[in-house]
Amino acid sequence: MTTDANFELTNHKTVGVIETEQAKMKMRNVNIFYGDNQAIHDVSIDIGKNEVLAMIGPSGCGKSTFLRSLNRMNDTVDSCRIEGSVLLDQDDIYHQSMDPVSLRARVGMVFQKPNPFPKSIYDNIVYGPRLHGLVDSKVDMDELVETSLKRAGLWQEVKDRLKSPGTGLSGGQQQRLCIARAIAVQPEVILMDEPCSALDPIATAKIEELIQELSDNYTIAIVTHSMQQAARVSQRTAYFHLGKLIEVNPTEKVFTMPEHQLTEAYITGRFG
Amino acid sequence: MDHLSIEKHIASQFNDDLEGIRTRLFEMGGRVEEQLKNALKAIRDADSEIAATVIKNEELIDDMEIRIDEDCLLIIARRQPAASDLRLIISVGRAVTDLERVGDEAKKIAQLAVELTEQGPAPRGYSEVRHIGKSVQQMLHNSLDAFARYDVDAALETLREDDQIDRDYESAIRELMTFMMEDPRSIRRVMNIMWAIRSLERIGDHARNLCEHVVFVVKGKDIRHGNDEV
Repeated sequence: MTTDANFELTNHKTVGVIETEQAKMKMRNVNIFYGDNQAIHDVSIDIGKNEVLAMIGPSGCGKSTFLRSLNRMNDTVDSCRIEGSVLLDQDDIYHQSMDPVSLRARVGMVFQKPNPFPKSIYDNIVYGPRLHGLVDSKVDMDELVETSLKRAGLWQEVKDRLKSPGTGLSGGQQQRLCIARAIAVQPEVILMDEPCSALDPIATAKIEELIQELSDNYTIAIVTHSMQQAARVSQRTAYFHLGKLIEVNPTEKVFTMPEHQLTEAYITGRFG
Repeated sequence: MDHLSIEKHIASQFNDDLEGIRTRLFEMGGRVEEQLKNALKAIRDADSEIAATVIKNEELIDDMEIRIDEDCLLIIARRQPAASDLRLIISVGRAVTDLERVGDEAKKIAQLAVELTEQGPAPRGYSEVRHIGKSVQQMLHNSLDAFARYDVDAALETLREDDQIDRDYESAIRELMTFMMEDPRSIRRVMNIMWAIRSLERIGDHARNLCEHVVFVVKGKDIRHGNDEV
């Protein structure tokens, strides 16, 4: 099946529905290259406002590369080149007038491995907002720390030790700290690159719960290797394969009745 | 997705598990068909011995239902199946419920056969039992066959046979009612035949459900409750 399907992929058109009613981000005909290698082929997709979009696919399918292109994280890779358009609301994020630093305040990122700064819990939260000039007074900062930690579901656990180092927390707490740090700068979109793959099931459940809550206020795109996680947290699921976007559909459809045979094969564990 | 292949999982144990529930489903189907055949024979030949066997064997069918249900639960817990695998498991779970009910109806028919041997044969209704019984047996067989082959077209064709069975059932009931009005002394015995026909009609409904499960497995479309556009 894989060979046949690969053959069909040469002229693949994404199946399903790439548009959303209220698009927060709009990607059109995105191609990404590392040197001569093309990692992403002609991907077009919307991410709706207050939507959780899950991106799944086998290792090396380009889903992380694509996610990273949504806040220009690939800029730091010299050989990386991107074509096509990536719009945040109406703004082309690759336009020369776009400042990557302020872009990353609007489009935050949470990584696979929790990476708190080697600073106190408190400073982890206020670092970004201070950098972007969002807060200056102590009162504002205190309030920001509290609301961010509360939103990330961490406040109760750390409120008595805000001055202790963030790196001293457990893995799951560190990841929630990173999420608190990401939302402290009041982003519009949060990108998550396998945010639970280093966490135990309970910490994972807490993060998933948090993702659901955050989607009331933020737009979220999450790359995950756990198909069950995609099924649980997202409203839409995008399936990538060999740098191509094979299918985008409502999550319930993807997991019960996928449209494309490759999606079916992947989510039922027939290859990976 | 018309062609479902279930040999290709990375985890070969998963394949074996899925094949296992399918195999046991068809074993159960075969057993249920046998029960129906014997129940009809019992009523036709007034054979209370064979009727007793049917009544006794009904337990085996119940056991099979429970066993397959457990297997389905275990696969869901272990593998978190998705897409066609998930649909297969859900459909097998539904199908065993239908088959178990068919088993119940066969048992009822056997019990009626026992009563009829005790009370003496009914003056009417045997040709209806034979006729409807034959259609229902065929329909049950075809629906299991369509399931085994994941054949949507066959399932849809078989599903439509139920309408004819329903019509035959209605006309048989009308006829037997008329007869009972003419000869009230026969009511008790004719009623037993009517219950048997009623059971057959129910079996037709379960066979119809099996066909609907086939469409759900293959097409992912739920056509229960009259929505049979595929």
